[in-house]
Amino acid sequence: MRLLVKGGRVIDPGSGLDKQADILIEGEKIVGVDQNISADAEVLDASGKIVCPGFIDIHVHLREPGFEYKEDIATGTRAAAAGGFTTVCCMPNTNPVIDNAAVASFVRERALRSGLVHVLPIGAVTKKQEGHELSEIAELVAAGCIALSDDGRPITRSDIMRYALDYSRMFDIPIMSHCEELSLSRGGQMHEGYYSTIYGLKGIPAEAEEVMVVRDILLAKLTGARLHICHISTAGSVKMVKRAKEEGVKVTCEVTPHHLTLTDEVVKTYDADTKVSPPLRSQEHVEALRKGLKDGTIDCIATDHAPHHLESKDCEYELAAPGISGLETAVPVLMSLVHQGILDINTMVEKMTWGPAQVLGIDRGQLKIGAAADLTIIDPNVVRRVELSRFYSKGKNNPYKGEEYQGWPFATIVSGKIVAKEGLIA
Amino acid sequence: MRRKDLLGLYDLSRREIELILDTARPMKDVILRDIKKVPTLRGKAIVTVFYENSTRTRTSFEIAGKYLSADTVNLTVANSSVQKGESLRDTIKTLEVMGFDVMVIRHAMSGTPHYVARNTKISVVNAGDGANEHPTQALLDLFTIREQKGRLDDLKVAIVGDILHSRVARSNIYGLSKFGCEVRVVGPATLIPPGLENLNVKWYYNLEKALQGVDVINVLRIQRERQQDGLFPSVEEYANLYMVKPEHLLRAKDDVLVLHPGPMNRGVEISSEVADGIQSMINEQVTNGVAVRMAVLYLMMGGAKDAIAG
Repeated sequence: MRLLVKGGRVIDPGSGLDKQADILIEGEKIVGVDQNISADAEVLDASGKIVCPGFIDIHVHLREPGFEYKEDIATGTRAAAAGGFTTVCCMPNTNPVIDNAAVASFVRERALRSGLVHVLPIGAVTKKQEGHELSEIAELVAAGCIALSDDGRPITRSDIMRYALDYSRMFDIPIMSHCEELSLSRGGQMHEGYYSTIYGLKGIPAEAEEVMVVRDILLAKLTGARLHICHISTAGSVKMVKRAKEEGVKVTCEVTPHHLTLTDEVVKTYDADTKVSPPLRSQEHVEALRKGLKDGTIDCIATDHAPHHLESKDCEYELAAPGISGLETAVPVLMSLVHQGILDINTMVEKMTWGPAQVLGIDRGQLKIGAAADLTIIDPNVVRRVELSRFYSKGKNNPYKGEEYQGWPFATIVSGKIVAKEGLIA
Repeated sequence: MRRKDLLGLYDLSRREIELILDTARPMKDVILRDIKKVPTLRGKAIVTVFYENSTRTRTSFEIAGKYLSADTVNLTVANSSVQKGESLRDTIKTLEVMGFDVMVIRHAMSGTPHYVARNTKISVVNAGDGANEHPTQALLDLFTIREQKGRLDDLKVAIVGDILHSRVARSNIYGLSKFGCEVRVVGPATLIPPGLENLNVKWYYNLEKALQGVDVINVLRIQRERQQDGLFPSVEEYANLYMVKPEHLLRAKDDVLVLHPGPMNRGVEISSEVADGIQSMINEQVTNGVAVRMAVLYLMMGGAKDAIAG
């Protein structure tokens, strides 16, 4: 079967491409990227659309196994497809934790059977993510884990973090660190500042993140290992990553769409959908993140898709679970920054394709002849409202609900197959 | 009042605050009468839902409702289904379908009354939520100050103690600011929250400096568990630095008023001489609290609907 994606503006930052072109797909592979291809194929009219390599989200929580009431691999990958992602990397804080080959293999097999997009598992750094003993990392890598993380449970012991970084060098995979000094963030509900004072909620200072960013950078320097900072959220963190990069430390980082667009002011109504870890920060931090994205300090955008059950959010703010179900709003939210002139479209696409692929060191995120035909096509003009009832994710916890956005995924193609079109699963 | 709920002073206008205070004045006359009951709210039902212990605030609301002839019911956490694991949402719904007109809620977590208000048709009155607001306490403070001073405008008010965790401080700051008052806060640096400059509030670490020339001193209760959390070294050191004693009053204006929301830790944040002195308004505050809560309940249940334009 052949598919011709015709007449779109092709943006492929990994190949330095930004021009009107057609893409010919045969079976699961890309066989042609050129102007005015004519072929005997099914045609997908992409005129007026932006055609990109398939978007990669290196930080999602698919919740399976163990928390299927929040999300499972089938629903999570449908949300990914509808949201324009062709590859997602799932965090190991499942039950059981992905800290051994059996669980990693289970996730991969489930993904092949019920998943709609590619799923690459992330293994736990320590057994049960308890921060005491290293997981069997060689076994995890052999079972297909592309990175290691104890996301959600910061590694408090510096010696364990050091050993993990050292050990990870043998496999040349990054450790994705959730940087949070728990004694500084304990009991905190939102960013510490003017609004935490006004709303009477316990604040989490920016320094709770920055203290650990500094520690991890120093340990990355000591070990020469690859460190990836998850969901960077403060101006100070950006500054320190920038400096570490200048010094040659192997550090990368990601930012979420919500930290790029929302400030701590939105907690005003105590709607628990605004509660997330790290918390939404103040305007000056948001500005610094946008700048860091532009100047290359921030390598990629990741959603930290964290679906929760209704009961975990429809309650007292302090009792609510932190997290945002973000796969299905990432593109429109980021496109709003593009339309406002805050983010240029090439940077956006780079941070969703080539950027994350480089962080992980995987051969994806480019429109290459012979490569898997994973494509994300965006309609920059279509206007639609965020409707939770349309979410494929089981997690309806999303602070953008009811907002109108211009620019949504038009089609998602995974291994040559159109899996979602205009927000609907094919 | 055209509001369904009273959640805090942050969102109230100066006019709305004045309406409540003006309504509270005749209510106070009712309390001082021999026969205290008026039929104003006969046939109305009020439920107080307290997720945090507070004898005086709950009693104050209850008697306020009773003086106005409303039926008042108290739901206390210990006897309720809350302990059986019922969600707040289900509790609210249950009370709604029982037909209550007003729900008075106290909760240890900030924003809970806002969540409740969003999920029910019943009018919600915040009786204190976490470190956020305690609007009726601030209203009774404002009423007391206005009654004594004859005005609220442009006074200098010092709030002493744990500002970081205090809903009384926040509601007072928001209320007083609307009358152009100069609000100062004083306490240990660990208990002063960030961002006060944006609220036009001055902060001090030295009690004597903070009290210089003030018209009102509002002394907050210090919770002993804050010491265990590491926020100050000992109750003794706190008392040495921040207990309001007679000599401190000399720094303030001659006719300074001393307020305290109660219950007091005598000999910790306030000395007995000050608590029982002629400048102390602490007992007056309790009476005024009932009057202000009568006014709030009356206004929430449709009284003087047109007395204020939206």
